[in-house]
Amino acid sequence: MAIPTLSEHEFIDLYGPHLKYEPAGGWHEQTPDRLVKTHCCFCGVQCGIQLKVKDNKVVGFEPWEEFPVNRGMLCPKGVKRYLQNEHPDRLLNPLLRADRGFRTATWDEALRRTVDAIQKIQSQYGRDAFAVLGGASMTNEKAYLIGKFARVALRTANIDYNGRLCMVSAGAANKMAFGIDRAANPWSDIPLAKAVIIAGANIGECFPILTDYIWRARDNGAKIIVIDPRMTPIARTADLFLPVRPGRDSALANGILHVMVERGWIDADFIDQNTVGFEDLRGLLKRYTPRVTETITGVPAASIVRAAEIWGPAETSMLLHARGVEHHTKGVENCLSYINLVLASGRIGRPGCGYGTITGQGNGQGGREHGQRCNQLPGGRDIENPEHRNFIADFWRVPEPELPHTGLTACEIFDAIERGEIKGLLSISFNPLVSIPDANRTRAALDKLEFYGCIDFFLSETARHADVVLAGSLQEEDEGTVTTGEGRCVRLNQSVTPPGNARLDWQIIVELARRLGFRDYFPYAITEDIFRELAKASKGAIVDYSGMDYRKIEKNMGIFWPCPSIKHPGTPRLFEGNRFYHSDGKARFYGFEYRAPAEDVDSEYPIFFTSGRVVSQYLTGNQTRRIGGLVDQYPEPKCEMHPLLAARLGVKENDPVSVITRRGEITVPAQVVKTIRPDTVFVPYHWPGKKSANLLTNRALDPISKIPEYKVCACRVERAAIKT
Amino acid sequence: MNDYEFFIDQSRCIGCQACVQACMECDTHRGRSMIHLEFVDRASSIQTGPVVCMHCEDPVCAQVCPADAIKQDENGIVHSSMKSRCIGCSNCVLACPFGVPHYVAAIDQMMKCDMCFDRTSIGKKPMCATVCPSQALSFGTREEVYRMRRERPLNDFQFGEQAVRTKVNIMAAPQLDAIEFDIMEHVSEDIAYV
Repeated sequence: MAIPTLSEHEFIDLYGPHLKYEPAGGWHEQTPDRLVKTHCCFCGVQCGIQLKVKDNKVVGFEPWEEFPVNRGMLCPKGVKRYLQNEHPDRLLNPLLRADRGFRTATWDEALRRTVDAIQKIQSQYGRDAFAVLGGASMTNEKAYLIGKFARVALRTANIDYNGRLCMVSAGAANKMAFGIDRAANPWSDIPLAKAVIIAGANIGECFPILTDYIWRARDNGAKIIVIDPRMTPIARTADLFLPVRPGRDSALANGILHVMVERGWIDADFIDQNTVGFEDLRGLLKRYTPRVTETITGVPAASIVRAAEIWGPAETSMLLHARGVEHHTKGVENCLSYINLVLASGRIGRPGCGYGTITGQGNGQGGREHGQRCNQLPGGRDIENPEHRNFIADFWRVPEPELPHTGLTACEIFDAIERGEIKGLLSISFNPLVSIPDANRTRAALDKLEFYGCIDFFLSETARHADVVLAGSLQEEDEGTVTTGEGRCVRLNQSVTPPGNARLDWQIIVELARRLGFRDYFPYAITEDIFRELAKASKGAIVDYSGMDYRKIEKNMGIFWPCPSIKHPGTPRLFEGNRFYHSDGKARFYGFEYRAPAEDVDSEYPIFFTSGRVVSQYLTGNQTRRIGGLVDQYPEPKCEMHPLLAARLGVKENDPVSVITRRGEITVPAQVVKTIRPDTVFVPYHWPGKKSANLLTNRALDPISKIPEYKVCACRVERAAIKT
Repeated sequence: MNDYEFFIDQSRCIGCQACVQACMECDTHRGRSMIHLEFVDRASSIQTGPVVCMHCEDPVCAQVCPADAIKQDENGIVHSSMKSRCIGCSNCVLACPFGVPHYVAAIDQMMKCDMCFDRTSIGKKPMCATVCPSQALSFGTREEVYRMRRERPLNDFQFGEQAVRTKVNIMAAPQLDAIEFDIMEHVSEDIAYV
């Protein structure tokens, strides 16, 4: 039973989060032994950065101004990321569950215990009773490896990843509309656009570097439209701000397109020659007059018309979205509804014209391409497509019938653990106790596991439940590649080696595979061996990396896939010449009637609850809640609410408020601000335990992407009696 | 880099504090940030304003220093107080029209933005302007700013009777040629004058 054996305070005393403020060796001037050109470990922008290394320790950073994407720019997380190195909380040895807490173990003991548990559970309950969870902060190499490990060494169908909480709605929509799952344009197209729609993307806080791209577009005369229930930093000076009611995005997109159609601001030739499905959509749009759309979305009719006036006749344009429209039970429908605005305009596949979803995790793009998703094989191949199955089965030298079929998605894996169907779990780069909605259920499910093994560098809140913790590697301790939000595969260089007895993540996975009897299937001596294999595995697929190698990637400061041959320069901009990736070469319109979120407001729970990030924290904070400067910047979650709502509740700035949903309750200080809709409250999600926003959120899934509905549920808010 | 200048554009700022965090990391700053970044009025707006030292041509902080501890170098950079002279009186803190200097009790000395002279003197940009994701803080040539930006740089300020010209520029609407701050604009008309 994977129940934690210490109290929360005892765990924090032993394993943190403790705050680190100073570099190894202190603040005095240190001449580094070398500067290592690599990338930030956080969001999908993957800024270039140089890490200062002295005596096998990372002691600081220096901006890397030659890297073209960020040109030296960094957000506060990028500036302070180096403080993870030499951190007092760093796991230096494998740990085994003891009567109280953990005890240090040898690698042989820890690996033996893990392999024994895998074999016992799989022989007793079947192969699929052991699940694997990966993450999109991992390199392409590790994403490929963990997928192959699950399918070949464990032969379990149940392998999925934390990108299921992040990118999958956009990914599914991209495949449906375009036949390919990648942002259509390099970010260098943003400043060339004359109209920019940013829907559900808090760019200033989640992808800060892209702000400069937006502002450069504005300097060039672009009109900026921001769609968000909160006035985010980029919304403040936007030309048009549409404060949409949570959960109404598809209706808003329909409303804007209704006006475009009515005014004739569509590219009929493009639609006729290069797309399928517009006539059906046109019929559906009729009902979404500005008036009707205003009623659904809470956005004034005049603003909807104004959005169409800016977007419709624009000479060039870019539409960007992120989790704000994707984290919904109709996440795929929302994305497709916004894609309709792009396709109807005909402005795609040209300089300054296009579309992109902005990936949230470090390898949000690459992490979803190489086979750690439950429905996908390397090269973005489909696990149920016989041709794709045969190719990969042959490539891996396993009989095709032995290759597992589609497994459960991340949230469904926890549902299955809850039901007692999955008994064992191995996770890496994932902190589900903090990140999956309805955290009380996640905790209870973890407690039920017969075995839980976790590969991590810090002891996350989830890892406290583990039977075995395998001390793995930080990003700067290994080399490899990641693929950024614009589809650019970039090279990470190793800065230092893992400290103590910690090991490289991939070596831990390979060693488990060997001990399970699959030595010959995982014959890697160095990290690049894995890259060579994944590149080969992608050959002929849509997600084609086969023309890339480490030297080429590094020399070109990244290569955009598809890159099908060694002479091929890569593909920064997709759809040039209006060629889409469906077999007929055409893009697809999909029209959707607006439907309500899984849980809408009612008289008992009358306020919308929504969640998101702050600029100084990353995901569940397992890394960033240990860095002093970042924690000081925004120490604990607050509940943002409008003064009109605050007055009704009798709440003043900093008063403790309880936010209550059908699933849980948290008490945090109020932040009374005019920058959020009065019918909505917002609490960021980076914290665990009693301050976890995901105690409140709703684990209702999009039927296609299986993304949970983080961005809207119903709550009530009360002034709390006790000061927090 | 002699023709490089510093430009601040508050309208671009997203309040991310990359500048604050990065300022600490500059080798000579040793963990102490010397930049200010504050919400103007968080209750009503998310507007934030980053402020570095404006490096006045005739620095007010130096004028009021009784110990002659604040020096301007040949490049026009106004430095933190000299440790050997500073008496920690905070005259500079009170007198600066931009609110820049800090008195740091732990070292009994005034510290302020030195425009990363250790970096600029070897051809690098100041740390804050290098990392700033929105380029609200930027370091470049005037020509480039005129070519690339909508707003125009200004470095003349009028504080009541006092005119101040600075090395650092503020980006403002093209029609402005000086920025005036007058408290009377914010004082209600029925005030009883003494």
